[in-house]
Amino acid sequence: MFELDRSKYPPNKDGKADYDIDSHKYLKLWHGPQHPGVTGNMSLELTVSGDEIIDLKTHVGYLHRGFEKLMERRKYINCFPIVCRICVPEPDTNEYLYSAAVEELSGIEIPEKAKWIRTLNLEMSRLGSFLMWLGGQAGMFGMGSVGQWCIAHRDYILDLFEEMSGARIYHMYMVPGGVRGDLPEGFGGRLEAVLQKCEKVIKDSEIVMLYNVVLQARLKGLGVITPEMVDQFGIVGPIARGSGIKRDVRKDSPYLIYDQLDFQIETEDGCDGWARLKVRFKEMKQSISLIRQIMEKMPKTGELKAKMPNPLHWKIPAGETFVRAESTRGEYGYYMVSDGSEYPRKITVRGPSYTHAMSLLEYMSVGLNLADIGGLMGTLHTYPPEIER
Amino acid sequence: MKTKQEAIQTVGNVFGITAQHDQRADLSFITLENDKVVPALVHLRDVEKYVHLVMITAVDYIEDGNFQITYLLHNYINKTDIGVRTLINRDEPIMQSAHELWRQIATYQRELHEMFGITFPGSPRMEENFALEGWEGPPPMRKDFDTLQYSMKTYSNRSGRKTHDPKRYMKEQLKQDINKVYTDDKSTGDKNV
Repeated sequence: MFELDRSKYPPNKDGKADYDIDSHKYLKLWHGPQHPGVTGNMSLELTVSGDEIIDLKTHVGYLHRGFEKLMERRKYINCFPIVCRICVPEPDTNEYLYSAAVEELSGIEIPEKAKWIRTLNLEMSRLGSFLMWLGGQAGMFGMGSVGQWCIAHRDYILDLFEEMSGARIYHMYMVPGGVRGDLPEGFGGRLEAVLQKCEKVIKDSEIVMLYNVVLQARLKGLGVITPEMVDQFGIVGPIARGSGIKRDVRKDSPYLIYDQLDFQIETEDGCDGWARLKVRFKEMKQSISLIRQIMEKMPKTGELKAKMPNPLHWKIPAGETFVRAESTRGEYGYYMVSDGSEYPRKITVRGPSYTHAMSLLEYMSVGLNLADIGGLMGTLHTYPPEIER
Repeated sequence: MKTKQEAIQTVGNVFGITAQHDQRADLSFITLENDKVVPALVHLRDVEKYVHLVMITAVDYIEDGNFQITYLLHNYINKTDIGVRTLINRDEPIMQSAHELWRQIATYQRELHEMFGITFPGSPRMEENFALEGWEGPPPMRKDFDTLQYSMKTYSNRSGRKTHDPKRYMKEQLKQDINKVYTDDKSTGDKNV
């Protein structure tokens, strides 16, 4: 069998390369923050030997606006427009979790119909975010056309959001106490038309991607995550499910009306980028099925918002809580501490990228070919603002 | 399968709980002495199967002179969470490092060091910047760091820009256009204008 001559590579000590950068044998490369192959505003400080990565450090902070600190200076209702900005492609999870935490601490029960609309909103945003990810993942392996299709179809979903909430990206729709308004007339029909378009583009993308030999060769065996690593690194979401771990917050700790919907946890046991691709394809179809179920079962009439105190003089009883939901990247959480005043004492956002893009990426990239690092980031589906909050 | 309450009771018997707060049926917070936290985390992970570290965070209780550090753990078998809390002195913020237990802890500790100035001796890459490159100031997430004052001191207004007091400006605008708004309202029949 062919054995690579590794005499020119630095020795490996405890999984880390033992190298001296001043020896001028190795090159330091900055991958990002202004780089099309990086998902979002983060940069990777790579040390390469030839075209093999021997060390990687993730740098975040290019988008740091101090969301958590900003929220400590604002009243509860003033914090609400900030939270959606923590994750641009999928802001609704933030809106829902912030509202859910505030409602739990202040003891507000939201009306039944608001729960259905919130779930619809969350699933629509999941579908949109998955489409955006698929475009990025395909683009990283040179399939730009899939990226164009997906981004175009995400735009149809954004149109629906605009119709529903008046805004395309930051909807600010799931306000504490319920939702801001009812669905517009004829929304169901237009939603169904978009779902059919999305179904077609997902099918087309599947044909283009899953039968592509080059993509298969590059994704199979890329970024292997064994089931043992899942708990060691705190891996969640489709990445854990790609390693055969059956975990989904929507099933394990059902919130809103997920317990009334019919769906299974989708898993694959390939443990690599290819398995994660297949899991996400399945989850996109699952989202479409869930949206259809919600539209079918949703009550036609009902209250949309609970009775709320005056938001400008709103004191939340002292206490602390943690709420979680399943985003496209996995478990998303909000930890909120109230001291009984009009301002939150502390809000911490738990984004799934925090572990995936920092410790996990740094660990997995050692020994990887330079050309695959963008693809590996793609399979991890990271959004940097939720790391640096 | 042990319930959350039984797990908390065992932790209480072995390590001693100073306070407990049950927020929901599936979420409790327990407070432990400073030096008991890391052994309790090991116990919860290995014996009680709270294998998933959800997050670590700190809360600044400036009036008591304390930081509260919270380690949130999740059990995938009985689907419950336990938040392990501890109070450390705000003036000498040193906490035992837990980076050997989960791989992602080192990042959290780096962040807490940068944002709150809490030191975790032995934690890897402690002195490296996390999000604030080139920051020379007090740890910004502490309550005594005033962001408004900092930005007033550090940045100046660009000349040639007109600013308004939002409250007064909105009132003026509303008074001026109030008749117009209502006539438009009637003509279109739109109540949401």
